[in-house]
Amino acid sequence: MPRHRPEGGREVTNLRDTAVRQARELGEPIVECRNVDKYFGSNHVLKDVSLTVHQGEVVVICGRSGSGKSTLLRCIDNLETIDGGRIDACGHLMGYRKGTGGKLVPLGDGRASKQRRDMGMVFQSFNLFPHLTVLTNITISPTRVTGVSLKEAEAHARELLDRVGLPEKEDAFPSQLSGGQQQRVAIARALAMRPKVMLFDEPTSALDPEMISEVLDVMIDLSRQGMTMIVITHEMGFARAAADRVLLMHDGQIVEEASPEIFFTAPKSEHTKLFLSKILTH
Amino acid sequence: MNWSWEHFARFLFSEYMLNGVWTTIWLSCAAMLLGCSLGVIVAFMKMSNIWILRRIAIAFIWLWRGTPLLVQMVIIYTVLPQVGLRLGVIESAIIALTLHEGAYFAEIVRAGILSVGKGQTDASQALGMNWFHRMRYIIIPQATRVIIPPLGNQFNLMIKTTSLASVISMEELFRRTQQLAQIEFRVLEAYFCAACWYLLMTTVWGEIQKRLEAHYDRPFGPVEDDGKARRRRRELAGDAPAQA
Ligand SMILES: Nc1ncnc2c1ncn2[C@@H]1O[C@H](COP(=O)(O)OP(=O)(O)O)[C@@H](O)[C@H]1O
Ligand SMILES: [Mg+2]
Repeated sequence: MPRHRPEGGREVTNLRDTAVRQARELGEPIVECRNVDKYFGSNHVLKDVSLTVHQGEVVVICGRSGSGKSTLLRCIDNLETIDGGRIDACGHLMGYRKGTGGKLVPLGDGRASKQRRDMGMVFQSFNLFPHLTVLTNITISPTRVTGVSLKEAEAHARELLDRVGLPEKEDAFPSQLSGGQQQRVAIARALAMRPKVMLFDEPTSALDPEMISEVLDVMIDLSRQGMTMIVITHEMGFARAAADRVLLMHDGQIVEEASPEIFFTAPKSEHTKLFLSKILTH
Repeated sequence: MNWSWEHFARFLFSEYMLNGVWTTIWLSCAAMLLGCSLGVIVAFMKMSNIWILRRIAIAFIWLWRGTPLLVQMVIIYTVLPQVGLRLGVIESAIIALTLHEGAYFAEIVRAGILSVGKGQTDASQALGMNWFHRMRYIIIPQATRVIIPPLGNQFNLMIKTTSLASVISMEELFRRTQQLAQIEFRVLEAYFCAACWYLLMTTVWGEIQKRLEAHYDRPFGPVEDDGKARRRRRELAGDAPAQA
């Protein structure tokens, strides 16, 4: 669903200088989806999708509800299995390993979970762990999964809380935080695993309007520090400020792929024109 | 009617009855402990990806919830010996009660685990947690809140249900009451005495249950003093690195 907010409601200028961007474009591919197919029953949700994301690149994906954006992101993180094609991310063939004779064998839960440690994911509904304090939400995976010492993990967590602007909240529980604060904790929690790529699935769609910018600011900050990001969002301000590329998904396919300047001013696809007219006329 | 307080009081604290009470207590505890363990196993079998485990769990639950415990108990005690499997009274009683409890508790555990939203699984998977990590640190701590109240009710039922073991001559409270009533020709006093003991046991358990529920039912995010929160945090994210 397009966001019902006038374009330009928040002024964000593109602060990334071209020199930095060019250096980024030369980065190695870090996420490569090749001819990915995904079905839910008879519903063909991803149709032969190919997408390459380079190290340090920020890619924004938009498109109508139901066009398969979340599914693509979940497939990249192997939260969904794919039915065709392959996804290479952070040096892993996601969800599979090469068996005898080059045949692909699906991974068990243990190995699949190890692959996911190189990627962080932020969800629309935050999904913080309600039974744990903010600090433990952030430290639980480093301490329990990767075996970082509690002292080290807590120091890192405090650093991250500082970075997302919540240094005072470490002993709070998620239920005591506003939506914007919860989402910032969720970003800190994902960063605590020191991911190489961050995936965002409509991180601001569940937020009250006044909280959106506090989350976007953290994301823009992250992009400036060179994090590779794939972001599903309809926040055009964010796309303009941080994206290297904007994609439009329609009916399980990527139908437009362009730099933000071209995407918003001279899109090629009819779907993009229609999509833009819908968000811009509100 | 000729009610005798004297007999009633004598029965109530007679060693014979107290032994029966004690048997009821330990039989309930043992069956509950074993039954809940079995229930957890069956619950995970039923939620497993492996077809055959799922079928076994479904069949087990169907069979043990679909037949009366009384019948199960008699079959285990009197029919199994005829096919060469001879079990004592105590073993038979414990096995029957355990299987029965397991079938019911399996569904309680499953409901508790399913009550934890899918978002929690997504988030913990995305953080690189494997199945064991997710269960241990994320799902089970949240499911416990949901499981505790029905678990308490199951124990209340169990205390009373053990009386069925009297049919296979298990010397628990009810059977001892029957015997006392016959020997002393004091039916009224004996059974009232049994009722009082059962009531006492379920009342004491009710109080314990209330406290347990209060403990687990606080909303997440109690206003704890910092020391307590910190201690809890240390418990949950202990210093010892887990095996990755
Ligand atoms: N877990 C699921 N089971 C079945 N169908 C699903 C599931 N998740 C998504 N879908 C379907 O896949 C399509 C794409 O969904 P999604 O990727 O969530 O779209 P978007 O994020 O672009 O709104 C929709 O038709 C949706 O109904
Ligand atoms: Mg979506």
